[in-house]
Amino acid sequence: MRLYGFLLRVYPASFRAEYGDEMRAIWARRRRDASGVSVTLLWIAALFEVLSNAAAIHWDILRQDLRYAVRTLASSPGFALTAILVLALGVGANTAAFSVTDFVLIRPLPFPDPGRLVNLWEKLPGYSRMELSPANYLDWRQMSQSFDAMGAYWNIAVNLVGQGDPEHLEAAGVTADLFSALGAQPMMGHGFTPAEDREGAPGTVLLSYQLWQGLFGGDPEVVGKGVRLDDEPFEIIGVMPRDFHFPSRDTLLWMPMRFHEHDPDFKDRTNNYLSVVARLKPGIPVARARAEMVTIASRLEKQYPDENKQTSADVIPLRDELSQQSRLLLLALSGAALCVLLIACANLANLLMARGLARQKELAVRAAIGAGRERLVRQLITESLVLALLGGALGVLVAAAAVPLLARLVPTSLPIAQTPSVDLRVLLFAAAASILTGLGFGVFPALRACRSSDFSALREGARAGGGRKERLRSALVMAEVMASMVLLVSAGLLIKALWRIQGIDPGFRASGVLTLKTALPMPKYEKTAARAEFYTRVISAATALPGVSGAAYISFLPMTMTGGVWAVNVAGQPEEAGRNGAHTASLRYVTPGFFATMGIPLDRGRDVSDSDTLDSTWVAVVSESFVRRYWPHQDPLGRHFKMAFSDRTVVGIAADIHVRGLDRASEPQVYIPYRQAKDGWLIGYAPKDLVIHSSAAPSALLPAVRQIVHSADPEQPISNVRTMADIVDDQTASRVAQVRVLGAFAVIAFLLAGIGIHGLLAFAVSRRTQEIGVRIALGARPGGIVGMIVRQGAWLAVAGTVPGMVLAYAAGRAIQGILAGVEPGDGITFACAIGLCLVMTVLGSLLPAMRAVRIDPMQAIRSE
Amino acid sequence: MPDSNPAAALLPLPPATFHILLAVAAEDRHGYAIIQDVAARTNGELKLSPGTLYRSIQRMLEQGLIVETHERPAPELDDERRRYYRITPFGADVARAETRRLSQLVTMARDCGFAVGRA
Repeated sequence: MRLYGFLLRVYPASFRAEYGDEMRAIWARRRRDASGVSVTLLWIAALFEVLSNAAAIHWDILRQDLRYAVRTLASSPGFALTAILVLALGVGANTAAFSVTDFVLIRPLPFPDPGRLVNLWEKLPGYSRMELSPANYLDWRQMSQSFDAMGAYWNIAVNLVGQGDPEHLEAAGVTADLFSALGAQPMMGHGFTPAEDREGAPGTVLLSYQLWQGLFGGDPEVVGKGVRLDDEPFEIIGVMPRDFHFPSRDTLLWMPMRFHEHDPDFKDRTNNYLSVVARLKPGIPVARARAEMVTIASRLEKQYPDENKQTSADVIPLRDELSQQSRLLLLALSGAALCVLLIACANLANLLMARGLARQKELAVRAAIGAGRERLVRQLITESLVLALLGGALGVLVAAAAVPLLARLVPTSLPIAQTPSVDLRVLLFAAAASILTGLGFGVFPALRACRSSDFSALREGARAGGGRKERLRSALVMAEVMASMVLLVSAGLLIKALWRIQGIDPGFRASGVLTLKTALPMPKYEKTAARAEFYTRVISAATALPGVSGAAYISFLPMTMTGGVWAVNVAGQPEEAGRNGAHTASLRYVTPGFFATMGIPLDRGRDVSDSDTLDSTWVAVVSESFVRRYWPHQDPLGRHFKMAFSDRTVVGIAADIHVRGLDRASEPQVYIPYRQAKDGWLIGYAPKDLVIHSSAAPSALLPAVRQIVHSADPEQPISNVRTMADIVDDQTASRVAQVRVLGAFAVIAFLLAGIGIHGLLAFAVSRRTQEIGVRIALGARPGGIVGMIVRQGAWLAVAGTVPGMVLAYAAGRAIQGILAGVEPGDGITFACAIGLCLVMTVLGSLLPAMRAVRIDPMQAIRSE
Repeated sequence: MPDSNPAAALLPLPPATFHILLAVAAEDRHGYAIIQDVAARTNGELKLSPGTLYRSIQRMLEQGLIVETHERPAPELDDERRRYYRITPFGADVARAETRRLSQLVTMARDCGFAVGRA
């Protein structure tokens, strides 16, 4: 019997109260009449019967409640719209933030069993991680036991000729086992085989889906066709799947990397350029693999004491390669979104509570005519769920609109697509957020509104709401002020950081400089003289264009390529291990006129010149920081240093520039004349970036420059056409996006908190109409009344701002890594945020205060 | 047109509802008596479960087909937990309308040759 009673609890309480006794009585009779097997059958039947009928009854009630909820909400559209908008902002902000965070931080990488994928790095003093040299890579692969497969790659770029205009494409040179380590298979054709790694094997290439669709028009017969890359024949052996992006989404094709056994480049263990990915054997933890690699590295250090001096190893899960800054940025975004949701929730709870109080009479009437408390609570919860789901649906639309704007926050370094999508996971998140909000912030006000002792509301003239409720609602508003204070300060700090970085002088002229890349293919341009002829033709023709004041070539533009760093040795200075970070400089080949074109001041000495050839003295122009490091307070002109296999004489001193980016420290710079390179030497450093300074608009200049390059070499593609100003702006692009997002969140929070203060005070004024009426009747002046109301608002603001400041400081400390040196306790930012909170309070209290002043004392007192 | 003929708006009646109306047509009955009456009338083929019964009763009360009556039988025949239900004039109208609908259906079936008991 007790069991049956328990079963009946599946029914709604109201139904149970009405019919439970009789149902139990009927059950008792049936139970008495049954025996043996039929008892079991009776129980089974009862179970099914109770479950199906209870579901039907619950559904009936839900339908009634929904109808009623829609009717009541439609009858107070102001309340309904406010609540839905508040929720839409909260849910929308979180859904958008979640979709990006999930995409970048949570979702597994798009490879089979991605948890076993790791990156391998060399570890040197002064560098947290360093690419591998080919020789060390081959030894590591051969000696290690922890991995199923290990593959290497490096980013290259190739010129593709023969498919329409010549194209310059980002590619990756890979070893044959890279794809098996990743677990990736081509969708068409086949992958690389170890035979293709060998020297002299015919050239083969794998296309990305994007390149196949674009340049090859999705040709289903593409496998087996030939293409010319950097002037050599290659056979297309396959096409990779659509969602395969590796090492980044810019990579459009893959070709086998070949290690030439007799290549000095290959033997040199200090020539680090290979990125290495490996797949751990099942069950091998990262720590064990790391320990093994450290042991192997120390064995190699003993074997090659000079080249591998202090060279250790590190193993890092692929997922953790995300930079600390990107991670911090996304966490800050999520935190900010959560703040917005909390504020939205507090606002909603306040709205629902105020509404519950206002509806107390209606609820009391319904209770009086027989509705049980459970039915009323259920009705109110249904109402808040309807609001939550409507708000959530609108929030998803907000998120869908916002996600493309957040795409800039997806770091390019990950092997994933650029734009996160609003998919099922995200929708589930939004639904969960909405329902939790609706329940969490609907149940409590509903329970309060329906508390039986409050049903005295029917008494004539009973006042709704007591002191405790007022305190709770005040606490909610304080929380809103607190959270918006946190967001205002965080947004302010980020804006200040952005300004600080934008204010940094890059050291070169950014405006009016057009840049483009003509990557000369090897071996066609392996000879220095061949390149020199090309450069001379292009530069002299470009300089002759109207409006152009200078044109020059350099190996790599600042801020686009941050590597190219070499060890420096200066005679008479303590010889350091070449790769210690303190004794390196960035190396660039330049043509004459580079400094003038880029507006980089030459302090002393001269520019490189066309007469600096292989036969003359080998010279270099160095930066001021280079001089400060090696020859402080001395005349550096005419002094010697060794770098990149050659001895150079300093002939000029140039001002420092930000090679690595605006907010990163850069090595000193060394510039060497483009003619002083032996044939085939350092061909990776052969100048490829053209810079042109002109008074004309870059877009007007471009057709003529294209024509010039075409007439110098008809097969030479042009790529990466940009202005120097764009390159500098790119430095802060993700910061600008981040400031916009956080700023938008802060504005939303600010508005919501303002609405919260306004709502609370408006309600308080309407509740105190009579009291205020009496005050006015007794001679209180309007100023005094306004002061009373604004004081209440100000008290809330102060009570929220003070703890808000503490939290804001903590939040600032948490995001200090992306503040570019702005202090988390920055005084001006805090002052602005406090000022804004003050303005918000005054604006929020103004309308209720005006209403209080306009109360007609006669009417207020008579209405009692 | 539910307003012009509210009885027609409820047709066709769910079988349980129709049986309950038949059970309370002649006299007021309590829940268990209704179950027994329906079972007897259908030769034990239809045994209403308590859940189905009270769910139907709840809806019929809301629709105004039956009312709960507070006239109770002699105490020696009564059980205080029981509640008695009585058909309303509207309930009788609805039952008549359902009867008419069913008999028209039977006539139509006969016209199509689905006669019962004849070859």
